[in-house]
Amino acid sequence: MLLFFKKEALPSPFLSLTLGTAKRRAYPSLMDAIIVDRLVKRYARTLAVDDISFTLPRGGILGLLGGNGAGKTTTISMLLGLLVPTSGTITVLGHDMARDRFAALERMNFSSPYIALPGRLTVAENLRVYGHLYNVPKLEARIGELVDKFNLAKFLHRPAGELSAGQKTRVALAKSLMNKPELLLLDEPTASLDPDTGDYVRTVLEDYRHETKAAILLASHNMGEVERLCDTVLMMKAGRIVDRGRPEELIARYGREDLEQVFLDIARNREIAA
Amino acid sequence: MKAPLRRIWGMIYRHLAIYRGSWPRTLEVAYWPTLNMLIWGFTARYFMHVQPGAGAAAGALLAGVLLWEITLRGQLGVTFTFLEEIWSRNLGHIFVSPLRPREMVASLLIVSLIRTLIGLLPATIIAYLLYRYNILLLGPVLFLFFVNLMLMGWWIALAIVALLFRYGAGAEALAWTIAFGITPLACVFYPVTALPVWLQPVALALPSAHIFAGMRTALFQHGVDWQDLAWAVALNIGWMVAAILVFRGEFRRARIRGALISIGE
Repeated sequence: MLLFFKKEALPSPFLSLTLGTAKRRAYPSLMDAIIVDRLVKRYARTLAVDDISFTLPRGGILGLLGGNGAGKTTTISMLLGLLVPTSGTITVLGHDMARDRFAALERMNFSSPYIALPGRLTVAENLRVYGHLYNVPKLEARIGELVDKFNLAKFLHRPAGELSAGQKTRVALAKSLMNKPELLLLDEPTASLDPDTGDYVRTVLEDYRHETKAAILLASHNMGEVERLCDTVLMMKAGRIVDRGRPEELIARYGREDLEQVFLDIARNREIAA
Repeated sequence: MKAPLRRIWGMIYRHLAIYRGSWPRTLEVAYWPTLNMLIWGFTARYFMHVQPGAGAAAGALLAGVLLWEITLRGQLGVTFTFLEEIWSRNLGHIFVSPLRPREMVASLLIVSLIRTLIGLLPATIIAYLLYRYNILLLGPVLFLFFVNLMLMGWWIALAIVALLFRYGAGAEALAWTIAFGITPLACVFYPVTALPVWLQPVALALPSAHIFAGMRTALFQHGVDWQDLAWAVALNIGWMVAAILVFRGEFRRARIRGALISIGE
């Protein structure tokens, strides 16, 4: 399993033989969306992330699972450039995040229900602001597409702070697709959504991946969602990756019926079923 | 529009949209300068009534009130605008967008300039209508005073934002108090020599002491003291460089400590 991930961390033989570094930068679509190598984040008294390595291929969906304090948020924060790693490297869409994070940030996006959009601005104003920040061409047309996709028309001109939790999540997701990102980082994308809307959002994400070949990194506590969306899952605990694989592989390896039971086994230190 | 300019415009639009949708916010921008002008304007008029020869001093008082408001509003315009991002818990989105820190600072400065101009306009009109005092009679040197006082407000503000990176929203009170706190040392209404000798070097290290000395020269002697202005410019440049270095250092440290994630908590 480790070999499976390590192999992806390396450039393919094709790339190595035919393209130099400069040309590989010019053809980032041929590269992995995320390459994390030996990443460590240490605070004064806490080792938040402990020597993790993984890759996310373009077009793939990777689930980041783990209990509270497992290191998921710290990992995502480092992927976004919000947090500087203690050691290790992060390459996003071909850009070294330590030296060139803004080039990557222009091509990726992020959504979390735990980070708000300005509540006094209307939904339309919010989308316009982020359209400018991401230098989106034909902005009003793009906003129109997102309004249709996420069914925002009814509250487009209402202040974002007055929306229900589910409506806010839909607006945040619309914001996250504003620049047609090649990499999407999602923290609990369907938290606070009713089952019907949650299912709709999952379908939108699947369609988006299918249409654009974008890579998605997803942190979620909704195991059904992870089973449905993710190609690969990383199980984190105490800052380390304790297991990884395809959802069905993990379920089989632990002898369980679903990913939630696997999650509980790992969280409660149960042994893998013989 | 080029991408950097567009990002700066995006942030300016974000803050202007708040004022467009909230008349109390817009009112707040002009409230304190107007109130100050009313209080000190009537005070000056009373002095002129009991001491008819105090016209020049009254003029200096009103000019001082208006000009010092430039620094106060300039500083508050930056820090208040930054705090707005903390209060709305929006910094997480801002700092993971392609907006560079220098572009964020540029947008804060431009919003501050707009707020200052809007905030001072009613006070300037009131000074003219109620007290027959026209600040524009200071002449072209007024522009140099304005630029220098604005710069002073901005470097104070950048230092405060740096402290917000370091100490989080708990340092919010600094945004409201620091510039007001240095008013006694700014020598707005009196020369540096009015201060105790041991305090004078501190006052002279601030551009404001030189700017207001220049203002009094312009008012009382109808001339321009270029030496005072040169000191003000040099000090502003020095303090601005120091503030930018502190800002960059604290922003970097905030990224190491994870403070950008928890700054609003």
